[in-house]
Amino acid sequence: MLSIADTSFSSRLFVGTGKFASSSIMRQAVEASGSEMVTVALRRVDLENPADDIMTALDLTKIHFLPNTSGARNAEEAIRLAHLARAASGTSWLKLEVTPDPRTLLPDPVDTLKATEELVREGFTVLPYINADPILALRLQDAGAAAVMPLASPIGTNQGIRTTMQVEIIIAQARVPVVLDAGIGAPSHAAQAMEMGADAVLVNTALAVAGDPVRMARAFKAAVEAGREAFEAGLGRQSKTASASSPLSGMLTADLNFIQA
Amino acid sequence: MQIILNGQQKNLDHNITLSTLLDSLNLQPDTMVAEINGRIIKPGSYPQLELKDGDKVELIRFVGGG
Amino acid sequence: MPPSIPQFSQLRQWLAPATGDDVRAALTGKRLDIHDLAALLSPAAEQFLPEMAARSGEVTIQRFGRTTQIYAPLYLSNFCINRCAYCGFAAGNPIPRRKLTLDEAEAEAMILYKRGFRHILLVSGEAPKTLGVDYLEAITLRLRDRFAALSIEVQPLDEDEYDRLFKAGITAVAVYQETYDRRVYDRVHLAGKKCDYDYRIGTPDRAGAAGYREIGIGALLGLADWRAEGLALGLHLQWLRKRFWQTAFTVSFPRLRPAAGAFEPLVTVSEKNLSQLMFSLRLFDPDVGLILSTREEARFRDGMLGLAPTRYSAGSCTAPGGYTSGEHDGEQFSIGDLRTMSEVCSMVAAKGFDPVCKDWDREFQTQGNSTAAPSIQQV
Repeated sequence: MLSIADTSFSSRLFVGTGKFASSSIMRQAVEASGSEMVTVALRRVDLENPADDIMTALDLTKIHFLPNTSGARNAEEAIRLAHLARAASGTSWLKLEVTPDPRTLLPDPVDTLKATEELVREGFTVLPYINADPILALRLQDAGAAAVMPLASPIGTNQGIRTTMQVEIIIAQARVPVVLDAGIGAPSHAAQAMEMGADAVLVNTALAVAGDPVRMARAFKAAVEAGREAFEAGLGRQSKTASASSPLSGMLTADLNFIQA
Repeated sequence: MQIILNGQQKNLDHNITLSTLLDSLNLQPDTMVAEINGRIIKPGSYPQLELKDGDKVELIRFVGGG
Repeated sequence: MPPSIPQFSQLRQWLAPATGDDVRAALTGKRLDIHDLAALLSPAAEQFLPEMAARSGEVTIQRFGRTTQIYAPLYLSNFCINRCAYCGFAAGNPIPRRKLTLDEAEAEAMILYKRGFRHILLVSGEAPKTLGVDYLEAITLRLRDRFAALSIEVQPLDEDEYDRLFKAGITAVAVYQETYDRRVYDRVHLAGKKCDYDYRIGTPDRAGAAGYREIGIGALLGLADWRAEGLALGLHLQWLRKRFWQTAFTVSFPRLRPAAGAFEPLVTVSEKNLSQLMFSLRLFDPDVGLILSTREEARFRDGMLGLAPTRYSAGSCTAPGGYTSGEHDGEQFSIGDLRTMSEVCSMVAAKGFDPVCKDWDREFQTQGNSTAAPSIQQV
C-alpha cells in the first residue's frame, strides 16, 4: 500500500480537479477513478458566482485534499499560498508548484528547493512538483520533502513519459514515494509509469478533456492497477535474442583459464 | 468608506464586520479563507473584526486545479 | 540507526531457489535488484561464470573506462586491543609490536611518494589509546599536500572524530564488517571493542554523516558462507546509497591468507568463488568501486583486470615500517603478489589499461558539507 508521511492510500491514482466542464462531471470522474487524493488550487472567490464551491462537491471523508500553489512564480508567492491553503483547508499537505514561465509552466528548481526548506520548517507536508532532475529530487528529499512529483512531459501536453531515463534514476534512488505528474495523456502512459516502479501518478487534463471523463477515469483506474500489479509481479526482462530456449547463446564469454582450480 | 476587495474597490456605507460582509456576499465562511492586509484572519474572529477604511481584503477558496 | 541485515539462514533462503533462468534474466537485465544478485551468487550461476565475466567486464569498462586505480597501504601500527581469531595483529599474538613515530610514518609515506603513489591507505590495528585521532590528524596534516587521496582503515570512530579527520584531509574511510553473519562474528571476535557487531555496522553511517567522498565496506572471505556474505554486502551497499547519495562506495573482499596465530579459514573460498562474487556485485551495482589487493596472487590479479575490479594495491608491505626496513616481521598477513608498483603498472599498461595513481586533487574540494559550493572568482 502507498504510504506518504504516515498516511496510507489504497489507490495510486491522484486526480487533479481543474479544467472539467462542470463540478458535477469532476465529482463523478473522481469517484469513478477510485482516487483518494485530489489536488485543488487556490483562487480569489468569484464574487459574481459565490455558490460554486469545490469543497462541497467532493466527499472529503473519503478523499484527501492536496492544495497546490499553482500560479506562484517564486518561493515567496508559493509560501504565501501555502499559508492560505492551510488556513482554508485545515491540512498542512501541499503540492508545491513554482512556475515562473507562464508559457510552459515548467517548475523552477531553485525556488522550489528554497520554498520546500522553509515550508518543511513550518511543519508542512510538502510534495514538490519538479522537472525530472534526479539531483534535485535528492536535494528535496534531504530537505524533508514527503514525496517528489517529477513530470513525465510538460504539463497539458499529453505526451506521456518523455523523461524515462531520469525518472528511472529518481525511482531507483528515492527514499520517499515518487508520483509521476504532468503529461500523462493516456491510460497506457499511466500503466508504463507504474511498471517502471513509480509509486503513484497524477492525472488531470487527460480526464478533464476526454470525450467521457467518467469512463476515462475508470480506464485510468484499471491502468494504474494493472501497471502496479505488473511491477510487483516482476516483469520478464526484454531479451535481445529471439531464442527463448537459450537466450544466452549470443552472449560473449570471457576466458577464465587464469583462475586456479 | 472604501476597501479593496479581491482587487476591486468597494464602497461600504458604514463600518461593518467581516461576517456581515461575507453574509452580504452569500459566502459560507467555512469554505474559504480571508486575508486582510496580508494577514490571514482566524475564522472565529470574523464576527468581531471590523473593517477599516483602506483595508485590502482577499477572500480566497479552493477551485479545480491539477 | 544501523542497517539491519537479515540472518544468514534467511539469506540462504533467497539463494537456494535460484535457477538458471533467474541467472539468465539477471545477466540480460538492465537494473538488477537484490533477487537478481541472489541468482548471480547462487550455485546455479556457476555454469555461467564466463558469461558473467564478459558482462561484468563490459559494464566495468563502460563505467570506469580502460583505467585502474593504484594505491598502497601504509601500516602505522600493529598494536591492537581486539582479539580476532583470524588476524595476525590480534592482542596476545607473539609478534614484534611497533607504532611508527610521526617522523617514521612520514618517511614511509615519502618512500611511497617517490615510488609514484599518490593514493595511500593509512592502516593500523585498533588501539585508540596508543594510536588515536590526535595522531591520525597530525599525520594527515603532514601528508595532505603530497597525496591526492588519503584513506584510513583504523578503529571505528565516532562522528565528531570522523569530522575532525575529514577536515584535516582524510578523503575516504574503509571499515569492514569482516562477516555479516552475527553468529560467526561473535565466534571469531574474542575480545575488544570489535565484539560489538552493531557499533561496527553503524560505522559507515557515521563516516557518511561526516561527509566523506568515499566509504569502503567489505567482508573477510573465509569466515562464513560467501554467497550470503555477498548478498549482505549488496544489502548494506543499497542501504548506504539511499542514505548518502553524495558518497562513492567501494567494496573489498579480502580472502583469508596464512597469518601468525595460524588461523585456519572456517570455510574455503576459491578464486572461482571470489570471481563470481566480484562479477555479481559489479552487475548489481555498476558504479561501485571494487578492490583487489595484493593478498591475491599476481596470476589472478592480472586475469581479473578489466573484468570487475577498479582498484589494485601494489608493492604492499603490511608490517609497520616495512617500506623503510624491507622487513616483513610483524605483518598482518602475507602478500600474494610481491611485484613492485612499477611492475604492476607495467602489467596494467601491457593489458591496455591506464594505471591511475591520482584521480582527484584536494585543491578543488570543499571541506564540510559538500553541497556548499566553493566561491567562484570572476576573472
